[in-house]
Amino acid sequence: MSDTTDTGPMRAADGTPLKKSLARALRRQKLRALALIAPLLIFVLVTFVVPIADMLFRSVENQIVSDTLPHTVRLLSSWDSSTGETPDEPVYAALAVDFQAASEEKNHTKLGTRLNYENPGLSSMFRKTGRGADDIGKASTKRFTDLDPAWKDGATWAALLGSDDWLADMAEWSKDDGRQPRFSPRAEAASALPMTSDVYTAFARVARTENKKSAVETKPWPVLYTALEQDLATASPESLSAVNGASAGLLQAAGAAVPGFEPISYKDAFIDIDKGWSEVDSWQTIQSYAARYTPGYFLNAVDLEKSPEGIQQRPEQQQIYLMLFWRTIWMSMLITFCCLVLGYPVAWILANLRASTANVLMILVLLPFWTSLLVRTSAWKVMLQQQGVINDILVWLGLVDDGSRLVLINNQFGTIVAMTHILLPFMILPLYSVMKTIPPTYLRAAKSLGATNWTAFWRVYFPQSVPGIGAGSILCYILAIGYYITPELVGGTQGVFISNRIAFHISSSLNWGLAAALGSILLGAVLLLYYVYDKIVGIDNVKLG
Amino acid sequence: MKLTKTLLATSALVMSAGAASAIDLTFVSWGGAYQKSQLEAYAKPYMEAHPDVNIIWDESSAEAVAKLRAMNEAGNLTWDLVDVDAADSFRLCDEGLAMEYDPDELLAPADDGTSASEDFGAQIVNACYIPQIVYSTTFGYRTDLVGDTPPSNICDVFDLEAYPGKRSLEKRPINNMEWALLCDGVAKEDIYDVLATDEGQQQALAKLGTIKDQVIWWSAGADTPQLLADGEVVMGSTYNGRLFSAIAEQNQPIGMLWDAQVFSFDGWVIPTGLPEDRLAVVKDFLFFATDTQRLADQAKYISYGPARASSAPLVGQHADLGIDMAPHMPTDPANAQNVFYYNFEFWADYRDDIDAKFQAWLAG
Repeated sequence: MSDTTDTGPMRAADGTPLKKSLARALRRQKLRALALIAPLLIFVLVTFVVPIADMLFRSVENQIVSDTLPHTVRLLSSWDSSTGETPDEPVYAALAVDFQAASEEKNHTKLGTRLNYENPGLSSMFRKTGRGADDIGKASTKRFTDLDPAWKDGATWAALLGSDDWLADMAEWSKDDGRQPRFSPRAEAASALPMTSDVYTAFARVARTENKKSAVETKPWPVLYTALEQDLATASPESLSAVNGASAGLLQAAGAAVPGFEPISYKDAFIDIDKGWSEVDSWQTIQSYAARYTPGYFLNAVDLEKSPEGIQQRPEQQQIYLMLFWRTIWMSMLITFCCLVLGYPVAWILANLRASTANVLMILVLLPFWTSLLVRTSAWKVMLQQQGVINDILVWLGLVDDGSRLVLINNQFGTIVAMTHILLPFMILPLYSVMKTIPPTYLRAAKSLGATNWTAFWRVYFPQSVPGIGAGSILCYILAIGYYITPELVGGTQGVFISNRIAFHISSSLNWGLAAALGSILLGAVLLLYYVYDKIVGIDNVKLG
Repeated sequence: MKLTKTLLATSALVMSAGAASAIDLTFVSWGGAYQKSQLEAYAKPYMEAHPDVNIIWDESSAEAVAKLRAMNEAGNLTWDLVDVDAADSFRLCDEGLAMEYDPDELLAPADDGTSASEDFGAQIVNACYIPQIVYSTTFGYRTDLVGDTPPSNICDVFDLEAYPGKRSLEKRPINNMEWALLCDGVAKEDIYDVLATDEGQQQALAKLGTIKDQVIWWSAGADTPQLLADGEVVMGSTYNGRLFSAIAEQNQPIGMLWDAQVFSFDGWVIPTGLPEDRLAVVKDFLFFATDTQRLADQAKYISYGPARASSAPLVGQHADLGIDMAPHMPTDPANAQNVFYYNFEFWADYRDDIDAKFQAWLAG
């Protein structure tokens, strides 16, 4: 033993240390294995992991507010809602710019829909304001075009706000060339007239996407005048004189004229369109949901809400999700348990019958598996309803009075019965495949050693079937927790699951953020249960066959 | 030289003919009797007149808004024309998923020259919505289970003493809340003001609470006719066309309770982002499919009222049964003595809020 230590590291044939050469060979092997599974891996990543991650990400995403009302949100951050006063005029002026720009691109209604989830009424307020948005910019438009008709021209604006490179590119561009060149702003104009430059960037982007007319020839949006008037009112004379280009002279003249303009009250204008803009409440909602990422959906998903005083419980009449989570979890457990109790003897019989008989019985187990889910669920309706088969038989037998037929469906009982039936094959199959591998000789040996039937089963047979129970239970439970069609059809009001609400928010209310939050929590709950199962039973103890 | 030119011209001709013969359009509708009425009244005649157009149907209208949004995000639009409920058209229009259009440019004028915008009138509920039909959500009852005095008033739904037995109501607040308030003594014109307040919502839920344990909640339009046919319920709400087919086509012992029926609309929207060539065909189809005669024809197959004022006098007899359709229309004066109009603005604002309370109330 001792002499190997002083001969140095073992070496391979080519002289490299054996350890290194082994590692290299292993790495090569691993890479080859990875290359073999790469197609599947990439497929799973692209079609499964990425879309799900993207969907779940929506539960915190909230860019829409700051993207749609960028200037307003910036000014609003310093507003103190607890004073009970609406924000000052500059916020409304910024809103006038943001809102008009948003309505040019039809983004205001999307934002209204988003904020309506938090404060009912904002949806129609935004829609209504969008209809009036054109009027907001009229006064400024008139002022500038009265000052100099050249302001009506798209070319004036392009020369003022576009960089020389972009203007040169645009001069060469014609519709046959395909896409318009990408807009780049004139640096001096962007620093002197920040808001106008932002709006023009959006304007040029829209002209480029529509690609019908060159941005230079397109009629300027009214919001450009609103923005320019506000920028000129605050811009310093030095920064204005720094702006060069063909429209510099016009800008100087306008800059000199703007201090003489009577200030426009955008606050009054907005309140005229919809009196909702005079309510602190509406502004509070915009302010609270201005951040790019929000915990709001997750709070909502556990019956909490954000308020100026911090996080608090939602009013009792709106609490529903926690209760549904609990119901989903315990009813799924009950369904899994029912599947186990019913499935275990069936699997045992299947595993211990002659192969030919077992095959026939196996087809009976699989038959409902091959029938449409909707058909099976509807069949349960026919069976269980008050004028249904089971009640009819009970009445005919005289066990139940005709006037007091049993309520077997549209409640939790209906959900449990129908789902147990649907999930039963998922329990029987893994149980069967595990039981098939348990040699019958063990039971005989136990009995010959003096065990009673029960002891032989409980001490010898049952422990060996536990991996099948584990696999079947996990399968049933995970399937049950995500079911929604069956509970929707037979569950009435007491038998619906959280998945029904997720489906509702995905397809009906379109509140995908909330749906994603509920889905994330459900996923988290399943992973947690899986972890607990692994700790208690051990995941190695699960066998599908 | 001449030969090459001829060859080029011929191949160009063949190619253009080949392109024209292969337009497959995907239309989205609701399936069932309603889609059949669209097929018979305008899709088939259109395809006969234009053999180069082939219409494929996708029965996804119930999830149209979610699917269109997903298609839009994925940048892969596979639909060309979508039939939606007017309430959904608001959301599609708000989200920019449906195209705005000019009624007088896109749609045919009436036969007497009345412009389309005037002929459709208030039915054009927003800038994207192209109206087809008026339908109503109303009640049907089992004629053999209600005794000698059949229900004639909406409030009979809430009267468990006079009409014992189960009722089926839709598993959503819309319509149910209005009916509950109306029967709790709120004047019809005040209903939406009341319903906008938390107290009003609780009042409506309390009224619904008086019959809650006698209600089976439905989520598919076919449920109520089925429940009525099975005798599971004595009365229930659903779309009037479903009740008509149960009564007239399947001879079920069902009667109509038209009182306080809620009018709503169903129509087309054009998804935003259609390529020019497809859009041109879709527009051509719409011009044809929404003219006076075509909308009147649709009423031969289903008892929904045509959206055009000028179509009403042309409504004739059922295509198979030969019975007069006019008395089965929700818009028939005898049926339309007391109606609600679906309040789109209100429900666009309050739908999510009230729905959350309604679902919590249901589950509690």
